[in-house]
Amino acid sequence: MKYWRKTLDQDQVKPIRGRVEVLKDRCKQCRFCIDFCPKQVLEESTEFNRKGYHPVYAALPNECVNCGLCELICPEFAISVVPLEEEEVKEEARYV
Amino acid sequence: MNQNGSEQKHYIDQYLREDRMPHIWCPGCGLGSILHCFLSSLIKSGIDMDKVVVVSGIGCTGRAAGYVKLDSFHTTHGRAIPFATGLKIANPELQVVVFSGDGDLIAIGGNHLIHAARRNIDMTVICVNNFNYGMTGGQLGPTTPLGARTQTSPIGNYERPFSLPYLAAASGAVYVARWTSMHVRRLEQTITEALLKRGFRFIEVIAPCPTTYGRRNRQPTGLDQMRYYRENSIIRHGADPKDVDIDLNGKIIVGKFIDIERPTYSDLLDEVMQRAFGTELPKDDTSKEEATVVGSAPK
Ligand SMILES: Cc1ncc(C[n+]2csc(CCOP(=O)(O)OP(=O)(O)O)c2C)c(N)n1
Ligand code: SF4
Ligand code: SF4
Ligand code: SF4
Ligand SMILES: [Mg+2]
Repeated sequence: MKYWRKTLDQDQVKPIRGRVEVLKDRCKQCRFCIDFCPKQVLEESTEFNRKGYHPVYAALPNECVNCGLCELICPEFAISVVPLEEEEVKEEARYV
Repeated sequence: MNQNGSEQKHYIDQYLREDRMPHIWCPGCGLGSILHCFLSSLIKSGIDMDKVVVVSGIGCTGRAAGYVKLDSFHTTHGRAIPFATGLKIANPELQVVVFSGDGDLIAIGGNHLIHAARRNIDMTVICVNNFNYGMTGGQLGPTTPLGARTQTSPIGNYERPFSLPYLAAASGAVYVARWTSMHVRRLEQTITEALLKRGFRFIEVIAPCPTTYGRRNRQPTGLDQMRYYRENSIIRHGADPKDVDIDLNGKIIVGKFIDIERPTYSDLLDEVMQRAFGTELPKDDTSKEEATVVGSAPK
């Protein structure tokens, strides 16, 4: 006999996901967000911003759990994290 | 339009004076993170932003008053607390926050700090401790750890530093906490809690200053200093402030150390006014009841 463990509200639970938005020209490449993101979502890009830094970008966007740490720790007010609704997650999943 | 010449915005921009942005703080400086935590705490506390006044003195940290889009006061060096005291006594409805550096608040302004704490004047003091005078090129100050190299201690500091939580607690602060600028979430919670309390509240925030301090002490980038905090911070709520000294490259004990109740300066002033003249100061309605209280008043 097999038992399947299933939470009662499984259909309603939304995956916790976020989308990182970087204001590239503000980034000063301090790497705080890269180092402290619990999911290693962020990386330095190869492009240059107006100040001559390599701004960060979400290298693993689907890993973001919307914890907001990068947003709060960024000393340049360069990152915001937007919570993704379930629908958007599905929508995005089609392209990855 | 923002300073990048684009329409893109950050949610915190509404509380920043965009004409003053970008800020002057170096790459890897901890001040931006702390300012963000402070603004975020203000939002979370639900305090009426029109009643908030941010006061700072001179220094890199002192620039904060000029960056926030709130009533603010960029005072002379060391005098943030006296200005803040005047504001609070003249208008008890204000939620007064002092945001300044270790040099400003502890060196030139040290006397004001201990007396404001002794009198239990209603204000929140956020003291950013980067162990040196960043703005003027990295001289040693009263928080520089023994042995640390600075511009004015090139072979190592031989002056014993103050431990700020110990100083604040001994002087009479009713709320004393310490975090580093790496502990952004906890710092945000602590500032929120402090804002909702009454009396003299003191929060020390240890922060990287790679340009003038880290560079001379084998932590040349802000990230090096942040990693040092991650590896060496020990959270110990309720620790005795006399046990939280910081040694060069040693462990940093962080947490909430003191949270007690004691009549504030305005309470006692009110009492005397009542007794003498039957008049009362305008009521202070900025504090909320939700603030959690642990411990008991000193005997
Ligand atoms: C009366 C007076 N003395 C000295 C100075 C020079 N001065 C400017 S900022 C500063 C120290 C600031 O140190 P701190 O408060 O730790 O700020 P930080 O730059 O480290 O954030 C000094 C001594 C001054 N502006 N005014
Ligand atoms: S919100 Fe959290 S998980 Fe997402 S990128 Fe930022 S730090 Fe990483
Ligand atoms: S924390 Fe901010 S400034 Fe630092 S690398 Fe990340 S986005 Fe850039
Ligand atoms: S000198 Fe130090 S405190 Fe001042 S902005 Fe630069 S890193 Fe920050
Ligand atoms: Mg300083």
